[in-house]
Amino acid sequence: MRQDHLITATQLSRDDIEAVLDRAREVAADPEAYAGRHAGTMLALCFFEPSTRTRMSFDSAAQRLGIDTIDMGDVDSSSVSKGESLADTVRVIEGYADSIVLRHPSEGAATLAAEFVDVPVINAGDGAGQHPSQTLLDLHTIRENHGLDDLTVGIMGDLKYGRTVHSLATALTNFDARQHFISPESLRLPRSVRFDLHETGAQVREHDDLEAVLPELDVLYVTRIQKERFPDENEYHRVAGEYRIDADTLDAAPDDLTVMHPLPRVDEIAPDVDDTEHARYFEQAHNGIPVRMALLDTLLENAEADEGMEVDR
Amino acid sequence: MSDHELRVSKIRDGTVIDHVEGGQALNVLAILGIDGSEGLGVSVGMNVPSDRLGRKDLVKVEGRELSQSEVDVLSLIAPEATINIIREFEVVEKNRVTRPDRVVGVLSCPNRNCITNADEPVDTRFEVVADGVRCDYCSTVLRSDIADHIDV
Ligand SMILES: [Zn+2]
Repeated sequence: MRQDHLITATQLSRDDIEAVLDRAREVAADPEAYAGRHAGTMLALCFFEPSTRTRMSFDSAAQRLGIDTIDMGDVDSSSVSKGESLADTVRVIEGYADSIVLRHPSEGAATLAAEFVDVPVINAGDGAGQHPSQTLLDLHTIRENHGLDDLTVGIMGDLKYGRTVHSLATALTNFDARQHFISPESLRLPRSVRFDLHETGAQVREHDDLEAVLPELDVLYVTRIQKERFPDENEYHRVAGEYRIDADTLDAAPDDLTVMHPLPRVDEIAPDVDDTEHARYFEQAHNGIPVRMALLDTLLENAEADEGMEVDR
Repeated sequence: MSDHELRVSKIRDGTVIDHVEGGQALNVLAILGIDGSEGLGVSVGMNVPSDRLGRKDLVKVEGRELSQSEVDVLSLIAPEATINIIREFEVVEKNRVTRPDRVVGVLSCPNRNCITNADEPVDTRFEVVADGVRCDYCSTVLRSDIADHIDV
C-alpha cells in the first residue's frame, strides 16, 4: 500500500488490501516480531464522537507496536465545543503526534483533515460515511474463514447510515463477490454507495427479507437498525423485528455460513446464535488488533519513506 | 426560422449564451447570479426552434462577461452551450463550453452533515461524473438538481 492516509474504502485496491491483510497474518502469527517496532513515535486519538471500542482497539494496536498514544479526551471538555474548526484542531495536533486516528460526526471530516496535515490520518468513522479500518478487519475475518473470491455476501440492517456497510460494500468490489443487500425500503444503500458499486460493475441485488437468499450465503453481515432513524417507535419495532436473527433462523443457512457484526449489537443477533458454529463477531472484533497493527505499521513505514525522500532532495 | 433571425435585441457589449437546453434558461441566470436587481439588460428566449437541439433557450446579458467558474457550472446544465462575447455589436469570441473535471467553490453540498457545511476553511469541491457531480468530501451525488445548489 503506497498510501499516506486511510480515508475511504474507495482508495483501496485489491493489492492494497491484500498487502495489509498479509501483514496482519504475519502479526497474528508472531506478534513479538512487531513489538516495539515503532517505539518513539506518537499516535493521537481524536474522537469527536464517542466510541470506546474503536478507540481502545487502536490504542492497543499502537502500544503493541511500541507507539505511545495521546487522547483528545471527551469532546464536551475540549475546545471543539468552543467552536474551533477541525482544520485548526488537526493542525495543532499534528505538532504533537506522528499519526492521527480521527472519528468525527460529519461526512468527509477525514478527507478534510488529511488536506491540512502531513502526518498519516486514519478515518475511524465519519458520520454516515466510511469506516475503512473496520472494513480491513472485516475482510481479514472473511478471508481467514472463506477466502476472498467466489464469495456470496449478505449485508443486512441499516444500509443507509451504516458506514461500516458503505466501506465493506465498496471494498468487496475488488473481489469476485456477489453482494445481497437486505434492508427495509427506507434504509437502503445511499446514492453515493450505489454509484461506486455501479461504476465497478459489481454484482449486487437488493431484498426486503433474508429468507430467499440465506441458503446461498457464505457470509451474513448484520448491522443494527437504530431507533432514532424512525419518527415513530412502533414503526421501528415492526421493522427491526424483521431483521433480527436467532439460531432457528440459521437452520436454513449453509453449514459454513459465517455471521458477522461490527458490534456492539443490541438485539439484532439473539444470544443463542453465539453458541452456533456460525458466530464469528467476537473473532472479528479481536481481529482489529493485528489488522490495525498492520495498518499503522504500513502507514508509518510509508511516512518514513517520504521523509527519507525529502532528505535526499 | 433559423438562429439567424433571432436577434430581437442586439446587444452592444456583453455575452450571449446560446444553445442552452430547452427549459434551462432560468437556471443559467441563477448560475450567473442574475435576478434583475443588478440592472443589467437581460433578454431570455425560451423553447426557440433550433437546428441542432430541436428546441433551445438563449440568454443575452448586456455589460457582463463570464468567469471561468461560471462557465464550468454552466457546462453541467447546458453541455451544448456556446458562449459569444460581444463588443461593439460584434461577436469577438465564440466558445463551446467544456465540462471540467472538477468544480471548486461554486456549488454547496446538499448533504447537511457534510464537513463542507460546517464552518471550515475549505472550498466545496465536486468531481464531474457521467450524469452529475459528486462531493469530494462526503461523496454525495448531485444530478438534475445541480442548479439548486449554486453558491456563486
Ligand atoms: Zn459533501
